[in-house]
Amino acid sequence: MLGDRRAEALLKDTLACSRADETEIVLLAEDEALTRFANNTVHQNVAETNAAVAVRVAIGKRLGSAVTNQLHPEAVQQAITRAEAAARLAPENPGFPGFPEPRPFQPVAAFHETVAAAAPEDRARMVLEVIRIADAHGAVAAGALSTSVEEVAVANSRGVFCYHAGTRVRFRTVVHREEGSGYAERVGWRWDALDIPELARSAVERALQARAPRELAPGVYPVVLDPYAVQDVVSWLGYAGAGALAVQEGRSWMNDRIGTELLSEDVTLWDDGRDPAGIPLPFDFEGVPRQRVVLVERGVPRGPVYDTITAAREGKASTGHAPLRAWPESASVGPTPMHLFLAPGDAALEDLLRELDRGLYVTRFWYTRLVHPRDCVVTGMTRDGVFWVERGEIAYPVRNLRFTQGYVQALAGVRGVGRETWLLGNGRFGAERVPALLLEAFTFTGLTEY
Amino acid sequence: MDELIARALNTAQLRGATYADVRVVETTRQSLLVRNGLVQGIAQAEDAGFGVRVVVDGAWGFASSHRLDLGEAERVAEQAVRIARASALTKRGDVDLGPPVVQRGSYRSSVEVDPFTIPLEMKLELLLRADAEMRRVRGVTATEAEMVFIRQRKIFASTEGSFLTQEIIESGCGIEATAVGEGEVQRRSYPNSVGRHQQTRGWEFILEQDLVGNAPRIAEEVVALLRADPCPDTVTTLILGGSQVALQIHESCGHAVELDRVFGTEAAYAGTSFLTPEKLGRFRYGSEVVNIVADATVPGGLGTFGWDDEGVPAQRVDIVREGIFVGYLTDREHARQLWRLLGPSPYVTGVSGGAARAMGWNRIPLVRMTNLNLLPGSWRLEDLIADTDEGILMDTNRSWSIDDRRLNFQFGCEIAWEIRRGRKVRLLRNPLYTGITPAFWRSCDAVCDEDHWVLWGTPNCGKGEPGQIAHTGHGAAPARFRNVRVFGRR
Repeated sequence: MLGDRRAEALLKDTLACSRADETEIVLLAEDEALTRFANNTVHQNVAETNAAVAVRVAIGKRLGSAVTNQLHPEAVQQAITRAEAAARLAPENPGFPGFPEPRPFQPVAAFHETVAAAAPEDRARMVLEVIRIADAHGAVAAGALSTSVEEVAVANSRGVFCYHAGTRVRFRTVVHREEGSGYAERVGWRWDALDIPELARSAVERALQARAPRELAPGVYPVVLDPYAVQDVVSWLGYAGAGALAVQEGRSWMNDRIGTELLSEDVTLWDDGRDPAGIPLPFDFEGVPRQRVVLVERGVPRGPVYDTITAAREGKASTGHAPLRAWPESASVGPTPMHLFLAPGDAALEDLLRELDRGLYVTRFWYTRLVHPRDCVVTGMTRDGVFWVERGEIAYPVRNLRFTQGYVQALAGVRGVGRETWLLGNGRFGAERVPALLLEAFTFTGLTEY
Repeated sequence: MDELIARALNTAQLRGATYADVRVVETTRQSLLVRNGLVQGIAQAEDAGFGVRVVVDGAWGFASSHRLDLGEAERVAEQAVRIARASALTKRGDVDLGPPVVQRGSYRSSVEVDPFTIPLEMKLELLLRADAEMRRVRGVTATEAEMVFIRQRKIFASTEGSFLTQEIIESGCGIEATAVGEGEVQRRSYPNSVGRHQQTRGWEFILEQDLVGNAPRIAEEVVALLRADPCPDTVTTLILGGSQVALQIHESCGHAVELDRVFGTEAAYAGTSFLTPEKLGRFRYGSEVVNIVADATVPGGLGTFGWDDEGVPAQRVDIVREGIFVGYLTDREHARQLWRLLGPSPYVTGVSGGAARAMGWNRIPLVRMTNLNLLPGSWRLEDLIADTDEGILMDTNRSWSIDDRRLNFQFGCEIAWEIRRGRKVRLLRNPLYTGITPAFWRSCDAVCDEDHWVLWGTPNCGKGEPGQIAHTGHGAAPARFRNVRVFGRR
């Protein structure tokens, strides 16, 4: 781990090397270890130490960038030189508003020593416990337990400097017993945020329940979605239309609908990179403090998140959602929410099932892909437990189904929201905290053989 | 670097490793993106590091670092050994790699013009021209043009005596146009979508794609799609363009024949496979015109190399022969596992097929696709269309999804045309098709010939935890499938 002082010294030394008009440096460092198990044994067990600096320079309105994961002065100097050479070649980008000015930000506690100090033996012992629980039920467990330390620092020639260090522990397992499978997952920045044995037991229980699935004809059914499936809905809404670039280019589900009643009034969705109930990262990759942005308030879209360049187009301030811009490809994605929270309701899972009466109870979605951006139409499969519910109780498991569903329409028909929220991981940074949902209608378009 | 490698291997052995290998990987990636006439970025990323993989007490350990010095080599090797000992706490049997693999030599991608010698100005000019050609078409709302060049230098050394150096060069490019109408968003891409087209070739590959020449057509098509009729919901004959056939191979064959998935080691993430061992040599996967090989030796593919990341030589392996499933993608450990399960047979040798690949120095090798190629048939595309009384031709992937055993798939394409009495009669938008893998491939009755065959590059294949992105190749030509369920946007 570098620590804030070494990070600051490194970034300031790098800034001093630059002869460009403006310079921005992003430092990303990580120590990650992951213990992966399958067939009730550890089969992959790995560790990585890495750090990289991403340099972006502006000569007038000409931009160039470079990245290196070698932190010695010569390599960093070469990165600066490459970025400057690229900027001299680039035509002017008239929309470039300059790098951001410093804005005060509040550090957020997101570092847990026990996670940072986790040894391979600690992870192995935890995995052994999972295997023991699976074994005891004649089940086969697979999954991964990872622990990591992440450091992010941003500095620019206008005086921005911010540093954040956080830890992350993530566990997930798929348990098989005969034709049935079950799933459990959680992420947190504190070790005690996850009760791994309890998660293993819940996956085993789901696998036992899911045995001998029956065939159910595709069709439109009311559903209760576990938070695992709800996370998919929320992620796609965030990725495929809650950023300003998508809205400005007219390809978002929010287009022409901001301020109108679109979703159920039970849906309130916001992004907050500072909330310790998530995996916080209190500033973006331009060093702008992350704002809490309400994307949907009681069913009404309120607008997207911004970075500096998309905000400048509308004369607004960045909300602190810039992607890492040293990679040109990020220009196609634009600002994106990475710390989504879906407001909980007041129902226990049993209440949602009772309210469902007849319909499907779905554990999770898998391999979901955007079919059409308008209405956020997504296809994917159910996985690891889908059940037919009769008179408010699980009647029997059914075979996995394919769905093709507009997530906007799905959330227009929310009939119930769970009171418990789960924090679930989504990529290297950030995480999403979501409850279970009861939805009026969900379109299943095909089935498979198991 | 030799000293670092020696230090890592020696340390691992002194600490108790019965097997160890070291991979040092240096990667340079240059990327350029033009968007809506503006250069969004010119960037070069340098990435280097090493990984040490060990077997201790019969179990695996792996550790890696970006710091390339002797002290770090020792620390990382010790860490790998400690991790392996922790793995051994849960083991149910010892790692079996089979007979030693001893290889020495060097390999370089077959490149006519090193793309890193081409000035950035020339690359930018080509992208700006292609982008401008798309924007000249009225109704286009957003455009993109990109290029990517990658140089990866790898050293592999093992305690079995292998020492290999490789230099892999990749060139990739693509353009994309978007049009937005009332409640409708359309996109067209060329030569391929979702991650561009890419090969292990040089600047000559970029010039062959003729981005500028194809830009007006792509832009005109995207605008026309806004007003096109929706794809009907029906069961019909489906002709797929070559790049979509490539994606179909990747998802419904490539992942299904990865032997690690078959044995359950991807069960929690990428999933397992319906192609279980008892089906080997017996199962009718497709019709008799379906012949699929995994070929790491074919020039230009993203899965082309000298040796895989366990030091096993590049090979060509039969996967589907005249429709029968006859082979898996394998690494050393899983090839051995299959041999122990089934014993020797014409399809089981116990020796790796050379498909162990790692994303970089910080990842372990997994069973990954090399170039999974559908061998060409005998049809010309115009004859195939003329031979189709009623059907739909779809091209260029837009969305892809398949279940965790690789059976139930649904793919969307960017564009489609209705075929009636052997002619393309109208444009269709938002086309989707769905099916079950073996039924779909058994319905294949025609594959186009060598003139239509392209070694498509897929540079975005995800697998493993921690995640790894592999670059795979798929030789494919347009092909025809009967009785397929097609439909439009729902």
